[in-house]
Amino acid sequence: MAKVDALAGSRRSKSGWEKGGRPVQRESVRAPDQTWEDELTLQDKPAISLEHVSRRFVIDGRQVTVLDDVSFEVPAHGITAVLGPNGSGKSTLLRLVAGLLTPDSGTIEIGGERVADADQRVGLVFQEPRLLPWRTAIDNVAFPLELAGVSRAERRERATALLDLVGLSAFARAYPQQLSGGMRQRAAIARALARDPQILLLDEPFSALDALTRERFNAELLEIWQRTGTTILIVTHSIAEACFLADEVVVLTARPGRVAARVPVPLGRPRRDDTLDSAAFSRAAATIRAHLSGSPADIAAQEAAAAPVSDVLERAGAPAWFDPFGGPG
Amino acid sequence: MWRTTVLPVLAAAVVFVVTWKVIAVVGNFGVFLPAPEVVGGRFLGAWLDGTMWPHASATLVEIGLGFFVGAGLAVGIGYLVARSRLAERLLSPYIVAAQATPVLVLAPLLVLWLGPGLAPKVVICALIVFFPVAVATMVGIRSVDRRLLELGRSLRASPRQVLVHLELPAALPQILGGMRVGVTLAVIGAIVGEWAGADRGLGVLINIARGSLFDFPLMFATLLTIALIAVVLYLVVLLVERALVGAWR
Ligand SMILES: Nc1ncnc2c1ncn2[C@@H]1O[C@H](COP(=O)(O)OP(=O)(O)O)[C@@H](O)[C@H]1O
Ligand SMILES: [Mg+2]
Repeated sequence: MAKVDALAGSRRSKSGWEKGGRPVQRESVRAPDQTWEDELTLQDKPAISLEHVSRRFVIDGRQVTVLDDVSFEVPAHGITAVLGPNGSGKSTLLRLVAGLLTPDSGTIEIGGERVADADQRVGLVFQEPRLLPWRTAIDNVAFPLELAGVSRAERRERATALLDLVGLSAFARAYPQQLSGGMRQRAAIARALARDPQILLLDEPFSALDALTRERFNAELLEIWQRTGTTILIVTHSIAEACFLADEVVVLTARPGRVAARVPVPLGRPRRDDTLDSAAFSRAAATIRAHLSGSPADIAAQEAAAAPVSDVLERAGAPAWFDPFGGPG
Repeated sequence: MWRTTVLPVLAAAVVFVVTWKVIAVVGNFGVFLPAPEVVGGRFLGAWLDGTMWPHASATLVEIGLGFFVGAGLAVGIGYLVARSRLAERLLSPYIVAAQATPVLVLAPLLVLWLGPGLAPKVVICALIVFFPVAVATMVGIRSVDRRLLELGRSLRASPRQVLVHLELPAALPQILGGMRVGVTLAVIGAIVGEWAGADRGLGVLINIARGSLFDFPLMFATLLTIALIAVVLYLVVLLVERALVGAWR
């Protein structure tokens, strides 16, 4: 409770971070010719739209379709969750939206514009915090601003406000290995918000946390969403998490990932802990469960195995003459 | 502090000196193995009467220059080899071959080619420092977490920013580990270079003490100086390491 009060306090006290419930736009981050009017007209269009998106990878010398004809859109300021079994291409989907991968076919647009290479309109939160171990929490949060050439004073001010927003002010000077798993993920969320992204992409962000912490983080994520007004696309393994957070849940099939269903979650906001007990919540959860392929036992096993899955990038790279075990080549 | 740090160091020193003394007495090597107190006295004397310093300073300059040139090149080329498959294929055979070529053979040749001055010693030091630092850099850069590199890409970091903010800091512990090995090898490089032809330096002093002066205590005092230089330089690298990566590792 005290934590929520602290967040509410920060909203009023940190000038320059928010005005009228939307983050202040910064020239250093947004294109200078983009004005507030542009911003407003963009809001009529879906913030993210995917049309017939497919993507293949060569795995063990074979072409494997990972995502097949995926279409859905996320309305501006909305929250959409993507749910699917391991290997259904959820991380690939987020990489595509972030512009880190290009689709083999289909189009992806953000605010009506095609996604370009490493799109700056998105903030990314990965499954693991990916903090730079040699930087303190505050310097990690300021890292995107530093790369963008924001002045030191402004970086500091902004990173301080963001740490405040995620409840980490007391740990600004701590190095990642001095923080708990939850605190690291908070810092990662703050970092993703550093450049005022229109869109926040989260890839199973809480899967490494225990169930209780996870529920708390979901509630806090909604708070942050309310404060910043970003559009959120979150990948998750958990039906409960998806229903609690999202307006709509996109259910993917197992490989190849196809859209099995788009399930609306007709729950009001703000959502609280007791939202989880409501009838509408149960209905949405049941619908999603029905759309996930496999028997109920399979699904139970899947949910139990919601432990973090290793990312492709975690695996070893090409060996070399000098480096028999390989690394990034 | 006293019990965990000073005491063991002192104890080890005492054991070392006593063993030396016992061997010197029992072994009956005569002038060829002077007792520790004789060497200790000569060591102090040589430093106080100004015999040691000109030679020690010359050697230190060679080590310093050689280390910086060698380690600097090694970091650059190690990076290149880590990042470019072509560079790896082109360069790695030569890097290994250069390391395996006996410097003892190379040193006199270098003196012939480059003259008896500072240059051949710096080259030999650099050559000998190069390999461990290059391999450490290469392994370090190649093992940079690719997830961090993806983060950099998602933030549109420029190649220079990736190098400065991601790759170098991530590889720094490994690079510094290579430098710890390299700095001690640099000491050997300088001595070998001096043996091949020089008029000043600790290697020269060893030759003078052994050959013309027949002053074995002085020779051992010089060896002691060389050993101390290596220990101090190693500690310097350790301190740099602690300052740069101690906080977060
Ligand atoms: N860059 C890549 N190269 C090759 N295969 C990949 C790559 N990225 C993902 N894959 C493969 O695509 C499949 C889906 O991966 P991913 O999107 O991570 O699934 P999810 O996040 O739903 O578990 C996996 O089999 C994975 O090995
Ligand atoms: Mg994944």
